[in-house]
This record gives sequence, structure tokens and C-alpha cells, in this order.
Amino acid sequence: MSSHAHAHPVPHAPTGFVSKYIFSTDHKVIGIQYFLLALTAVTVGIVLSLLMRFHLVWPSAHLPFVSGGIMTPEQYASLVTMHGTIMVFFVLTTAPQGGFGNYFLPIQIGAPDMAFPRLNMLSFWVTFVAFLCAIAAFFVPGGAPLSGWTGYAPLSGLGEVTGPGEGWGQTMWILAIALFCLGALLGALNFIATTIDLRAPGMTLFRMPLTVWGWFVTAILGLLAFGVLLAGGVLLLLDRSAGTSFFAPAGLVINDQLQPHSGGSPLLWQHLFWFFGHPEVYIAILPGMGAASHILSTFCRKPVFGYRAMAMAICAIGFLGFVVWGHHMFVSGMSPYSAFAFSVMTMSIGVPSAIKTFNWLGTLWGGRIQFRSAMLFAIGFVSLFVSGGLSGLFLAQPSVDNLLHATYYVVAHFHLVMGVAAIFGIFAATYFWFPKMFGRMMNDGLGKLHFWITFIGAYCIFMPMHWVGVAGGIRRYADPSGVTYLAGLQPLHEFMTISAFVTGAAQLIFIFNFFYSLKFGPKATKNPWNATTLEWDTDSPPPLDNFNGNYPSVYRGPYEYSVPGMKEDFIPQWLTPELVAREK
Amino acid sequence: MHIWKRERGSAATAALLSLVLVAMVVLTVMYFRDPRYHPPAPITEIGKEVDLQYDLTLYVTATVFILSQLGLALAVFMFRDKGKRAHFTRGNNTMEFLWTSATIILFLGLGILGRKAWADTRFTEPQPDAIQVEVTANQFVFNFRYAGPDGKFGKLDPKLISPSTGNPLGIDPADPAGKDDIVLPTLTVPVDRQIELLIRSQDVIHNFFVRELRLQQDAVPGMMIPIHFTANTIGQYEIVCTQLCGLGHYRMRSFLNVVSAADYEKFLKDQAVAQ
Repeated sequence: MSSHAHAHPVPHAPTGFVSKYIFSTDHKVIGIQYFLLALTAVTVGIVLSLLMRFHLVWPSAHLPFVSGGIMTPEQYASLVTMHGTIMVFFVLTTAPQGGFGNYFLPIQIGAPDMAFPRLNMLSFWVTFVAFLCAIAAFFVPGGAPLSGWTGYAPLSGLGEVTGPGEGWGQTMWILAIALFCLGALLGALNFIATTIDLRAPGMTLFRMPLTVWGWFVTAILGLLAFGVLLAGGVLLLLDRSAGTSFFAPAGLVINDQLQPHSGGSPLLWQHLFWFFGHPEVYIAILPGMGAASHILSTFCRKPVFGYRAMAMAICAIGFLGFVVWGHHMFVSGMSPYSAFAFSVMTMSIGVPSAIKTFNWLGTLWGGRIQFRSAMLFAIGFVSLFVSGGLSGLFLAQPSVDNLLHATYYVVAHFHLVMGVAAIFGIFAATYFWFPKMFGRMMNDGLGKLHFWITFIGAYCIFMPMHWVGVAGGIRRYADPSGVTYLAGLQPLHEFMTISAFVTGAAQLIFIFNFFYSLKFGPKATKNPWNATTLEWDTDSPPPLDNFNGNYPSVYRGPYEYSVPGMKEDFIPQWLTPELVAREK
Repeated sequence: MHIWKRERGSAATAALLSLVLVAMVVLTVMYFRDPRYHPPAPITEIGKEVDLQYDLTLYVTATVFILSQLGLALAVFMFRDKGKRAHFTRGNNTMEFLWTSATIILFLGLGILGRKAWADTRFTEPQPDAIQVEVTANQFVFNFRYAGPDGKFGKLDPKLISPSTGNPLGIDPADPAGKDDIVLPTLTVPVDRQIELLIRSQDVIHNFFVRELRLQQDAVPGMMIPIHFTANTIGQYEIVCTQLCGLGHYRMRSFLNVVSAADYEKFLKDQAVAQ
């Protein structure tokens, strides 16, 4: 049934193991490399979070992986720091964009590869080295840094005088972040060039799948945001090693020692960090939004409700994402007048977010919902995004921030909206695209079991966390015994810890399903979900040039499901009008 | 190509998912209303304003939360695969216009209504008779300095900072204004009098937070940040640090003692004698 406008010679695949699987320039191999890097990182990140959750409830128990057996406050602060860093950078940025974006953006627009395949390979390997640097922070003298994933100066800028881990560990952290920024910048360039230049004939911007819109806008955010963090990281490194004072003011005294700095501003670091840090939230979630729209439409056999509004909402979120960073700094000492501006801009970002939510509901409404694992995770994404997003309306208001800033309420908010929701996007994408990537189907029963435990578990972990926060529970505390009123919140902490262990254990089902299906899953056909976008027009897995030399042309929008008058309930993008006429 | 056969187990999955969503909504609403997990009543008028704005936001978000989660539960249950073709539609511009306008009004309105509570904590000038107390944070203690009988703070010199010799703030002994300064590890203030805190830090960023005041402010090295409040209830309240400041962050705390005017006078006299 496919028809192809133009044929090209098929390039030869590399034959050596190293050129095929290690230093490959094939975007599909690089996508899988990014995905496996994220899978490794998320395993480390989850173990760190379980150690923290355990320690919060049973502080004097002996723990594995903890030197000395019983966790010290500085080790706890290191875990907080490294959990956040690994999850935000090496999981939430790496899997949705580097992994799935790399693999599917070129195929979905009908391109043979990324615009710059060698640059693509370079961005992965730079990211890989960045990850090694981050992990190395655990093993250097003094251990991992303890200044949080936000690395606020001057705690992060003065060296080991401010605490263990602030020597070598913090330097490794800065190197890791700087390298990651470099890799992400190269990747962003590539994504933008590819989307603009390599679209198939007929693939206009408003015929692009919403996944491509998500990756494209994410790449633009990455290009504008990572450069700023890279600059901030270099300045911080100079403060630490070259005696400059970008972030350190005069008169700092630590352990009776006057520090040799003057003229710097701690708020400068926060502005640079959050100018990156807030768009980063959208870098993590926009690809998930794209995937959720794509998968909801496929499994309820309906076009995405309000496709154009959805694409424009992605752009609006991307734009507004750059003018709200100050809402992280309401109580930082920044001018209280600017808090108004940042507050109003932040409340505005709720508008395109709400548009997306209503359109997802509109997509489901009147559909013919097929509860595949991918679909369940996409529906879960919508629910979690709503729950996590709405609490943002509290934190967007400086007056309410007087109560909630730096409490567990904030932790609950961002974990639901950019952590768990984004991870649900990744899971949905994995169950959806696994057949295309590896040529085999995942087990749907195990996938559903994984969904139920993870969905209920995620709510059991993060919903009670709001109540801890409203009552005044402060985040990043190694031990609640320092403050009297925190004792009353311990039962909630116990419940969250138990939920975390159950949910963590359920991820083993996913790991098993993933690797078992890789070897033993039933063979996948070209288009197992009867879907409409270009990745389903080629073999599973696709050949080196994606289309065996027969590059598709595009004749219609990406979500033509259940069009009246048609025999089938889907019309692929690549089907010529003549063939469609014959199908009636 | 063929139309998908109706998927087995779809009704059970749909029912279960709807039930889970409904249960989640019910439990969430129940626990947000549970007084065990509410902060204690505020002890300032501004704190009451903050609570009002919190409550208003809670009602707005709860409405959107309940409607969208239950809408999702309903859609999942009603539109499970029953073997019939899906209803074809690409969208509806009127609906897009309606929900876009509604959220603009609701969310921006909420933001604009919340301005007053913030302005009252940060924009109003302190009264001329407000009692000034300087708050200095360092790893991992708070120090509170009162100006003493002369009403003037002595000069500080970071070179003179030496907690071990009893000069944790580095008060310059050559400055006569500093001779009668009172430095204490806890904050004692009279009830119903305005207090202006001058918040600073000697090393890294810390934070001053009292949940009963509904007030937090970072202590930033290199900056002196003023905030003010008037406590209306006698009692003892915990002051905590909310900004990650190093390994002792979790145990960095102090107390705010709100006392009667008479007790405050006595407190000042006792301290003057002790210094």
C-alpha cells in the first residue's frame, strides 16, 4: 500500500562491531545509546532516592552502599545533590530528547538520518563522559558535593571549607554539568537543522506529528538555555580554581577564616542557573507531551483534538518558559517588585498547559480506547500532569511562597509534574516504540502490571508529600529530629517510604520485560498499532537509511483516524490520494 | 489492513482505571482538608492574608483538579473500546476559545488577587518605632543582635569575627555604639509591636523561616535584607533554615519568643546587666 515518490541508492551499513554499535553515526544506534545511558542513570538515581527515603524513616539503620554503614548528614546531602543531578540531566533530558528524539525525529519527518551524523555521535559521547564525571564525584576525596542540584554559590564556590564534598566532588560536578551542556548544545543544533531542512516532500510544519513539535521546540529551548548554564558553570569553576569572585562577595568568614573574595553576587548564580533551570523543566516535559498526544490519538482511534492549538501551545509554553525563572527566587532577596512580573508570567504558563489538558480530554472523548500498556501510561501522564501542574499555581504566587517555599510541597510539585509525568511519557514511548526499535513486541500483561503498581505507587509517594509541605516540612533535611514540629509528620514519611520501595521494586518488572522481550518477544510487524505516521512505513527495526532508499512523500496530517467513509479506521501520512480513493 | 477486533478485558481495565482516579481524587480532597496537616494558625495579620490567598488558590485548583480528573475517569470508562468506530472530530474552535478565556481569567485573576498579600509583606515601610533586630546566619547557627540602650548598632568588621572568643559577629570594640549591643542565639520580641529584622549571612546562603509568621526570607552574604512583622500571640515558635547550607542544615534552628511588653522590658534589662 505504500507509495514512494523518489528512490535513492541504499548506503552500505558499517560491518565492524565498533563502527556499528559504539562509534556509530546512525541516529538510531545513537538514540538507543542515549536510552541505555538514561536507563543506567535512572537505576542509580532510584537507588539514591531509596537510600534517602529509608534514612528519613529509619535514620540509625545500617545501609548498603553507604560507607560506615550509618548515613551521615553530609552523605545525605550528597545523595540529595546527586539524585537531583542524575535524574534531571541524565534521565529526564537524556531519554525523551536524546533517546526517542534521536531515534524517531528523522524517521517521522522522512529523513535518512540527522543533518549532522558525526556531530550527533559527538554529542552522545560528550554526554557519556559527562555522566562518568558525575559518577566519579562519589569516588574522589571528600565524596560527592552537597550543595544540591542547584549548586547555589557561595556554598558551591569556595572549595572544601564549606563542607566535605565541596572540594573535588563539587569540581567533578561542575565538569559533568559543563560537559553535559556542551553535548546538549550540539544535539540541539542538530535537531533544529534536521527539522528545518530534512522534512520529506509534503511534510509541512502543520503536518508534523506532535512528537516532532515537542522535540523541535525542546531543541530550541536547549540551544538557548544550556549555553547560559555552561557560562555559569565556567564562572563557578573560575571562582573555585582561579581566585575570581563572580559569585562570592567580600567579608565571607568560614571557621574564623576570612575568604579571599570580594565583589561577587550570590544572586547572579541563581539568575544564571534558573534562566537555564526553568526552561529545563519544559525540556523534560515537552517531549512527553508530544508522546502522550501521539499515543492517545493512536489508541483511541481519533485525531488529536485541536491539533493546531496543541502545536501552538507547545510553542507558547516554550516561549513563556524563558520569562518565569524568577519564581524560583521570590524569597532570595531579589527585588520584590520583579516578583510581580515573574508571578504573572508564571500564572500565564498555566493557560497553554490547561489548553493541552483539555485537548487531551477532547481527544479521548468519543474515542474507541484500547488499553495497551503504552495507552495506560499516556493516560497516566495526563492525570499526573494535571495533579502536578495545579500545585504550581500556589508556588507561582510570592505571597503563598512565604509559606511553601523550600518545603516538601515544592518537592511534591516538581516530582509529579516534571519527574513522574515525564517518566510516564518515557514509559509510554518505550511500550509504544519498542516494536519499531527492536523488531519485537513487549509483553502487554507485564506492561499493565507495571503500570498499575507504578501509577498507584507514584500517587502514594507524592500526594502525601504535599501535606508534609503545607504543615511546614522542610526539604533537604538529613534528619527531622533537629526541629520539634517535624515529629508529627513522620507517619506520612513512613507511608511514602514504603510506597517508594514497592514502586521501586515494580520497576524490575519493566526491566525484565524489556530485556526478555528483546530476545524472546513475538516478532513485530511493520505497523503493529495500525498507526499513521512515517515510522510505521518502514521495517521493524528500520534499515540503516530508514526507508531502504524509498523515501516517502506526505499527503496529509499525522492523525487521520476513523475518517468517515473509509473502510479502515486510519489513513497513513504516506498513502497517495489515489490509493485512499480506492480504499473507500 | 483490518479494523481491530474489540480488545478483551477492556471493560475491566476501564472500570479499574476510573475507580483508581476517583479514589485518588476523594483521598486527595480528604487529606487536604485534614487539620492534622495544616500549619498552625498564623500569628500576624499578614499571615492571615497569606492563608486567605492560599485558601482561594486551593478552591480554584481543587475545582479544576476534581473536574479534570473525574472527566478523565469518565472518558476512560465511557469510551472504552466497544467495537464501534470512534466519533470523528478534529476539534472545536469554540471550545478552544472558551477554555482558553476561562483559564486566562481564572489563573491571571488569581495571580492579580494575590498581589496584596505580597505587597503587604514586602512593600510597606516599617513604622518609625519598629524595633530593629539584626539577624546573622552562619553555618549552622542564628545570632540576633539588639542595639542596646543607645539604640545604635556597633560597626562590624569581618576580620574580627571569632565565635571562640565571644565575638561571633565581629563587633568592632573601638566603636562606642557597639559596647552595649546585645547578641543572643534566640529572638525575643514583644507582642503587638512591629519588629524589623535586618537579615544577613556571614558565609553561605541561609534562610529565616517561621511558619506561624508565614514569612521566609533568604539570608544572603553581601546583602542586608529588611523584613518586618507584628506578632499578635504570645508564645514560643521555631525558627528554621530552609536553604541548603551544608552538612548541618537540618539542625540549624532557633526560637522566636513572643512575650508581653512587660516581660520584654525585663528581658532587655536582664540582658543589659548580663552584657
